[in-house]
Amino acid sequence: MQFGLSESQEFLKDSARKFFAGECPIAEVRRLMDTATAYDPKLWSKIVEQGYTGIIFPEEYGGVGLGKVELILLMEEAGRALLPGPFFSTVVLAGVLIDAVAIPEKKKKYLAPICRGEARSTVAVLEASASWDPAALEITGASGKLTGEKLFVPDAAVSDFMVVVARDGVFAVDAKASGMKIAPMESMDLGRKLYTIQFNNTPAERVGDTAALLRAFDVATAALVGEMVGGMQRSLEITVDYAKMRKQFGKPIGMFQAVQHQCADMYLETESSRSAAYYAAWALEENAPNASVAVSIAKMYASDACRTVGNRGIQIHGGMGFTWENDLHLYYRRAKSSETMFGDAGFHRERIARQVIDSAANLAKSA
Amino acid sequence: MDLNLTTEERLFRDELRVWLEANSPKDWDQWREKPIEESFEYLRAWQRKLYEGGWAAVSWPKEYGGRSASLMQQAIFWEEMARVEAPPMVNSLGLGLIGPTIIAYGTQAQKERFVPKILSAEEIWCQGFSEPNAGSDLAALQTEARSSGDHYIVNGQKVWTSYGWVGDWCELVVRTDAEVAKHKGLTVLLVDMRSKGVEVRPLRQMTGESEFNELFFRDVRVPVENVLGKVNDGWNVAVSTLMHERGSYGARLHLLFKRSINRLIELSHTFQKNGHTAAQDAVTRQKLAQCYAEIEIMRWNQMRAFSRMSATGIPGPEGSIQKIFWSELNQRVQQIAQEMMGPYGQLLAGDSHAVDKGIWSYGYLRTRGNTIEAGTSEVQRNIIGHFVLGLPRSY
Repeated sequence: MQFGLSESQEFLKDSARKFFAGECPIAEVRRLMDTATAYDPKLWSKIVEQGYTGIIFPEEYGGVGLGKVELILLMEEAGRALLPGPFFSTVVLAGVLIDAVAIPEKKKKYLAPICRGEARSTVAVLEASASWDPAALEITGASGKLTGEKLFVPDAAVSDFMVVVARDGVFAVDAKASGMKIAPMESMDLGRKLYTIQFNNTPAERVGDTAALLRAFDVATAALVGEMVGGMQRSLEITVDYAKMRKQFGKPIGMFQAVQHQCADMYLETESSRSAAYYAAWALEENAPNASVAVSIAKMYASDACRTVGNRGIQIHGGMGFTWENDLHLYYRRAKSSETMFGDAGFHRERIARQVIDSAANLAKSA
Repeated sequence: MDLNLTTEERLFRDELRVWLEANSPKDWDQWREKPIEESFEYLRAWQRKLYEGGWAAVSWPKEYGGRSASLMQQAIFWEEMARVEAPPMVNSLGLGLIGPTIIAYGTQAQKERFVPKILSAEEIWCQGFSEPNAGSDLAALQTEARSSGDHYIVNGQKVWTSYGWVGDWCELVVRTDAEVAKHKGLTVLLVDMRSKGVEVRPLRQMTGESEFNELFFRDVRVPVENVLGKVNDGWNVAVSTLMHERGSYGARLHLLFKRSINRLIELSHTFQKNGHTAAQDAVTRQKLAQCYAEIEIMRWNQMRAFSRMSATGIPGPEGSIQKIFWSELNQRVQQIAQEMMGPYGQLLAGDSHAVDKGIWSYGYLRTRGNTIEAGTSEVQRNIIGHFVLGLPRSY
């Protein structure tokens, strides 16, 4: 049993860290935040050159064919860099969903261009109810046309096609399709722009059914937790550096236990989130029977932890932490967006409860 | 990353399972509720059996009667022991902490004299570390050992000594030089508990039991050949002992906690809350799910730490997060038990209305000590702050 990274996994993580540090330093993040879409074609083409857009997809569609653990490591580094733009929506949302639900012919049409970096995309799930339960969705696409409104769709404005989760299937909609209106939602995370999409008899192509939907959501959720871990790690580092440097009463504030113990808790929360993210990725890769619970555990824990880590980090920075100039609020904003995406801690606690409390009789047997 | 057992690990586990199946006592249930004074010889016999099977100290080198087991194998050992609900080993301090320290620091004569009898439980060991005025600040200890020819004369008091009442030998940390900085004047002595001037008193704790003792030393003579390691190098020897405290033993906690949460989940279907079962109560469900999740995360944290320790060879300060994590989690598990049981939660063993023979009221009180014993949460956070994060020492 070896719950550490292999040499090649370490290499991938390390090179991703260097890549993002070089191509997307925090000054670049801030520049993109202030643009309408947070999308930069030059950065995008460099990401594509790295092969990141095809990282976990099969080689027959132009992917690299790596596993879920590798995806999570890449997302961890993207999260650490606070990568803006449509990488998450294209690869983790659209790519993963198409890979899970589509027949080969549709994968050739939609997944291959994602792998090659030619297409950017996103997934539209939530409706006005803001429920992640597929049964709560109202929009249907059986007629080949979509009508209705999707909300909280990341990076829709720069997507070449949208993947729409409807009640009765998963559909692809071309960005230039008729009867579609995309409008920005003003939200906290300035690097991950959200949009509403209105469909009015918009032509849509069915790419698959919803049977594998939850499985795809689990993979995307685990990848999101990986990204959250990267954000927590960076928030921790920024805070510890500050606590070493900032002096009050003639001493570095990190010398005071009231500060130091908060840093220790940030470390505990970050490492525990990382353990859960890695385990979930491994369980998904191995198709372990507890994979779905493991994903919920990871998302539950990290959803609370990424907020708490942010709270502690900002508190330790004092007044400086409350300024726009300090980077912590950028991570804090991303943390909020990530906390709610695919369900917050309460949602996942209930999901865990359904699997372990409501089936307590089965559980007792297997223990 | 591969969380499947290797062939070697599987063989180890299977061999152990077969052995435990054949040898673990089937009548432990009749003994476990009794005070340890009564079950002590029963438990000593159990350790003797493990020793004869070659399972008493799997982590020890083969030449000392162990199996030179890898850290993962050690973790498997504790998991399997917990899985069959095997009784504890009475010489746990000797096996887990003191034996490895003697193997690391002892002279050839000390190893030959002490190590085999630790394994067989023929001699029980206790630890004389904490003092009334030296808890977290262990190096401030005051028990003194004065050199007197071929002996040391020991005077002082120790506290929180597990197995003191039954101890044959004690790993005792004493001050041999009061003139130098506090860490530099310490020495570790191996003390015969039957020496003249040693007095052992029970220390009654908030649960009502006396798991621990107070030890009093009045002009106790300890021969110089019983110095462990070098004179005035006792801090390093003692720290080496404490590092073992955070070893693979924690691997058993996952199964113990899992058993608790599974039982609470079972009980949630019978206790009433807000007009329906606790299992149907939204708040209770959330809290049970939270504990269930954290118990899994505790295991994943441990597995990651074991993997890292396997790679580096030594238990690192990251072990501090395990201590904080399990001790605080254990308290939360007990808290949700209390919330679910309402007034029943307070009933003690012996009351006819007590749930599960009072284990939950006992657990509630006993887990209060978890964040204090084996290094308080505050000390663990200091260790993380200073040794892991590189913040300046705060004390």
